Amino acid sequence: MDSAPSTDRIGYLPDRDQTLMKIVVTGPFAVGKTTFIRTLSEIPTLHTEEVMTQASAPHDDLVGVPGKTTTTVATDFGRLTLADDLVLYLFGTPGQHRFLPLWQDIARGALGALVLADTRRLDHSFEVMDLVEEQGLPYVVAVNTFPESPHHPDEVLRKHLDLHPGTPLLQLDARERSGCARALVALSEHVLARLPEDDRTAPEDRP
Amino acid sequence: MKPPPGRRLVPAYLVTGGRAAPADRRAAGYDRLAILTRSDSTPSDRFGQEHHRLWRLLRPGPLTLVECAAHLRLPVSAAVFLAADLVESGHLHIRPPVPPAQRIDRTLVERLLVGLRALH
Repeated sequence: MDSAPSTDRIGYLPDRDQTLMKIVVTGPFAVGKTTFIRTLSEIPTLHTEEVMTQASAPHDDLVGVPGKTTTTVATDFGRLTLADDLVLYLFGTPGQHRFLPLWQDIARGALGALVLADTRRLDHSFEVMDLVEEQGLPYVVAVNTFPESPHHPDEVLRKHLDLHPGTPLLQLDARERSGCARALVALSEHVLARLPEDDRTAPEDRP
Repeated sequence: MKPPPGRRLVPAYLVTGGRAAPADRRAAGYDRLAILTRSDSTPSDRFGQEHHRLWRLLRPGPLTLVECAAHLRLPVSAAVFLAADLVESGHLHIRPPVPPAQRIDRTLVERLLVGLRALH
């Protein structure tokens, strides 16, 4: 029968108060999202599959109803403990508009997004950037420098991606830890720059 | 220990008893990063096998809802139902990803940056 998975290699969280934050790692198909997450994650990359119904059915079930289309969309994720009580989750999410409901769910409460791009098909990242902007998430763009992809200077890439001057751009190898970590630093700095300066009223001080 | 399970035997839609996620009000507020911990009482047999699998998974320690879903090979929406049932019956506890007294503010992001800069 279908038993519980072996718990030997599962990375449990410590049993005390934790703050869990999340960053969305997105981009077109095969751009290196899972590689990026695998490079940084302290646990083996995990995977979920969501079934999405495309027709509207507010209170119906999904079983064998004709006329509804369902798609399965896979997301990978990993996590990174940054302090005793602070854990960052990285969610790899496909950047297609048709996955909007999943996107909204994952983006809710996210700190920001890392948009991965490939110089062989920069235009494939446009839809992703639109989606991220629609969700109101701060983001940085990271070009994954595949060995077989042409290399371009940052200014050229910025121009081709039509990036807002305030949106950080960097180039990295998704297999290489320090570059991936730098990308998350760039994103966090970008998020910090957008947060209001005077926002330190402790909740217990409020009426 | 046992080898990893193959393709699941119970289809995801049966796990939820045919309920669709957005329709169930209990599912509201179940963030995929909500932290699940187990209480000491064993769920009775009125709960299905999938509920028991979730409860057994959490024996060694807490996990987020999305991690439970991944380990049980369930969609997050199905894991939400199992968790909601077991929270309601008092067999699981659930905590939000960010403690209620905490907020995503500059202090928190600055702490995140310290941790990230230490990585490379």
